[in-house]
Amino acid sequence: MAPLLEVRDLRTRFRTDDGLLQAVDGVSFNVEPGQVLGIVGESGCGKSVTCLTIMGLNDRRLTVSTGEVLFRGEDLLKASSRRLREVRGNEIAMIFQDPMTSLNPVHTIGRQLSEAVTLHRDVSRKEARARALELLEAVRIPRAERRIDDYPHQFSGGMRQRVMIAMALINSPDLLIADEPTTALDVTTQAQILELLKQLQQDFGTAIIMITHDLGVVAETCDDVVVMYSAKVVEHAEVDEVFERPQHPYTWGLMGSLPRLEVVVDRLQQIPGQPPSLLNPPHGCRFHPRCPYTMAVCKEKVPELAEVPGDVFHEQACHLDPATKEREAAKLLATVSGVGS
Amino acid sequence: MFQYLIRRLLWAGVLFLAVTMVTYVIFFLVPASPARLAAGQSATPERVREVERFLGLDDPVYIQYGNFLKRLVVDGSLGQSFITRRSVNEEIFRAAPITASLVFGGIIMVLLVAIPLGIFSALRPRSLLDRAAMTYVLIGISLPSFWIGLVLSYFIGYKLGLTPIAGYCEVVSIPEAAVCGGVGDWAYRMILPWATLSIVVAGTYVRFVRAEVMETMNQDYVRTARAKGAPERQVMRSHILRNAMLPVVTMIGMDIGILLGGSILIETVFGLPGLGGTAFESVGRYDLPTLQGVVIFGAIAIIVFTLIVDLLYAWIDPRIRLT
Repeated sequence: MAPLLEVRDLRTRFRTDDGLLQAVDGVSFNVEPGQVLGIVGESGCGKSVTCLTIMGLNDRRLTVSTGEVLFRGEDLLKASSRRLREVRGNEIAMIFQDPMTSLNPVHTIGRQLSEAVTLHRDVSRKEARARALELLEAVRIPRAERRIDDYPHQFSGGMRQRVMIAMALINSPDLLIADEPTTALDVTTQAQILELLKQLQQDFGTAIIMITHDLGVVAETCDDVVVMYSAKVVEHAEVDEVFERPQHPYTWGLMGSLPRLEVVVDRLQQIPGQPPSLLNPPHGCRFHPRCPYTMAVCKEKVPELAEVPGDVFHEQACHLDPATKEREAAKLLATVSGVGS
Repeated sequence: MFQYLIRRLLWAGVLFLAVTMVTYVIFFLVPASPARLAAGQSATPERVREVERFLGLDDPVYIQYGNFLKRLVVDGSLGQSFITRRSVNEEIFRAAPITASLVFGGIIMVLLVAIPLGIFSALRPRSLLDRAAMTYVLIGISLPSFWIGLVLSYFIGYKLGLTPIAGYCEVVSIPEAAVCGGVGDWAYRMILPWATLSIVVAGTYVRFVRAEVMETMNQDYVRTARAKGAPERQVMRSHILRNAMLPVVTMIGMDIGILLGGSILIETVFGLPGLGGTAFESVGRYDLPTLQGVVIFGAIAIIVFTLIVDLLYAWIDPRIRLT
């Protein structure tokens, strides 16, 4: 099957007052129709910018993007702004991290949902409203026919995120980009929203790019995972493979820092240090200043993304020899067993 | 909502008492005798006392204030001018439309200038247009209105002869002896005063609109609108401006109230016999009833327009509920 979305060697630079900032540096991945791809990484690693670039939502005057974003074979980076507007909200939709601020406070949610319909379909107001109501019911807003004329401030955070999801799915897009859709919500609401997304993904057959920093979310929802660190992909594999044979020290760090219920610890493990500045990234492997396995080569040479021999698709970018990786991964899994299974 | 209105009106009453009382007190702190002025330079002391009694100035201040309130509430009358003995009500009714013409026309011009200029400056910060707008703003804020008025009047009115230099024309109810009248003549004579007002006031609004639009542009819901595929025009109109204009509406409402209370300098430069001129003259003649009339009119204007703004605000911003 031809991939729905092919991102090839995507590079995005921002002009800032302090110089060029390389926010995305050579990122490639595919999304198949109906697939859920997770992009994981710390804040500022470029995962959101990758998706904003796919949507063409970066400020054009301050951004330079190269590479290819092939959506059903069409390069969106070269598309006209008119064509991009057709794609946005219709073929590719997006939901954002903070539902409290993502809805316009002065319009009713019915109006905001209908707007998404009428922008792309030649339908009457009444039909658009009927479609809006249908979607509000699909995302299980109670008493939707009454709530449709309410304003965003009359909804709770979880309900607003449901409205956002309804708005994103209203034109049955082929691809939904969910930028940390549960980060701003409390834990029980998070579970409900994830459950809802999974359900809708099956009902609508929408492919999803799930941006998150939560490996638990990845384990629950994704088919494939891209792990990003400092604007680059460091590991990319099927979800079970990542949890069973993680190959990159950064991925180990992420897994080691997951809180778990069944183990009592005084203090959660963490990856020491701070993510590097994207204005002036470290030489060689960008993770080397924080990596416990740093060798001389790590400071000199940028590790290439290379395939891991095995039955399933798995890529990683680390200089460590395979034997050490297998050993360290096994050690880690022994202590954190339970994650992802 | 109804309760809110009642409460606001009660407060308006309190405010009204405070404003008129302060006017009275300030007026009587001035060491001058309105009666002496009214009686004339060569009047005898007996004559002055007679005039004092006639004008009611021989009573203590609080009695005078009480009489003033009684007259206002019972007869709806602001009294008679100390000097001309004409009814202050009539005087206000004559002068108010002139000031209103200046203020409303001027504010419309302000908005016509400030909203587009503010939006373009916000869209292209630090561009040539933004810098030009900033220069204009500085000129408007720094230069006094009478200077701008005189310069406009001299160059456009006198040198180029494009507009009248000064004067006012009635829009409706044109007096028989009038040399001009009707909407055309009225607007023709008001162009320069409006332009002056807009240069003085628009500067602040340009900066304000610019700041509000720039702030709103970065809101998440604007990004949501773009992610829906909305074209830029629609994003600006329906999502940015609708939110950015909320504080601007407040400012317009308050400014209209304040300006209605008198735009003395502009009225004087352009010979408009409006409220500002009336107040100015009555101060010079110690004409308390007329001055009080203008003050009351101004106070009512401010109270009414802030109330309108609050009601309008609740209507355009659904998050605000008046209780």
